[in-house]
Amino acid sequence: MALNRDFVGRASTPSPPYEVSRVKIKEFAAAIGDDNPVYRDAEAARAVGHPDVIAPPTFPIVFSLVGGSILADPDLGLNFAMVVHGEQRFEYQRPIHAGDELVTVSTVTDIRSVGRNELITVRSDVSTVEGEPVCTTYNTIVERGGAG
Amino acid sequence: MAATVKYDDVETGQEIPAVDYPVRRVNLVMYAGASGDFNPIHWNERFAKTVGLPDVIAHGMFTMAQGGRFVTDWAGDPGAVVDYGVRFSSMVVVPDDEEGAVITVSGIVEQKLEDRRVVVALTARSNDSRVLSKARAVVQLI
Repeated sequence: MALNRDFVGRASTPSPPYEVSRVKIKEFAAAIGDDNPVYRDAEAARAVGHPDVIAPPTFPIVFSLVGGSILADPDLGLNFAMVVHGEQRFEYQRPIHAGDELVTVSTVTDIRSVGRNELITVRSDVSTVEGEPVCTTYNTIVERGGAG
Repeated sequence: MAATVKYDDVETGQEIPAVDYPVRRVNLVMYAGASGDFNPIHWNERFAKTVGLPDVIAHGMFTMAQGGRFVTDWAGDPGAVVDYGVRFSSMVVVPDDEEGAVITVSGIVEQKLEDRRVVVALTARSNDSRVLSKARAVVQLI
């Protein structure tokens, strides 16, 4: 079933603040097999100009997928069993570091058909609780056979 | 932010040597826990086969993270990566044996931008398939 195009432009409410911790960054870095000291040693991070340990570029996937309630709305018509991850992008205003408290707002920016598949793109704008923009993520998922 | 690569030392077309990143089942279990993505296709062979997959497959985001690691290791400071995007074009199948799978990442400096930034185009392959396409990172050099 084709996805409901009326959902383009639909935005989530702002997420509760996500507190970035040294422990979570270290766990994530270990999970991707990356032993870079700027992910686990605050002194090493400060030595290259960061206020504390920073997060790997793909770290926002941990907290930024707050558009789930929009995707789960039955009026959208998305069959989760047929969903695969199509594209992902992270655009940074500055690196994320331990101690950041981040708020995410997700917006459906595009729904389109490619062959028999339906593609939906959700942009997530991540900023600090003080309102400083930190990064923007773009998550495109593919509903296989959705346009068929 | 302090990348260790100098903009003036980099040329368009310059290749960044390939690196092999091994993936075993334990890595996927760790990634599931750290990321919160517990989809059983990434750890349960029985489930993966019932939905038509050949075996357990790696999280796309795990593969993307290996590409990210390739770029940040080249740049010297992960904070120098200002933009990173990929398309997931094929699966990384991870068998339950001592070898697991290998993701091979290589790169090329595709373009020099203003403000001492460069575009790095990445190639990621596993089992003779290209697992990422349109993989690009923008890196702030010094």
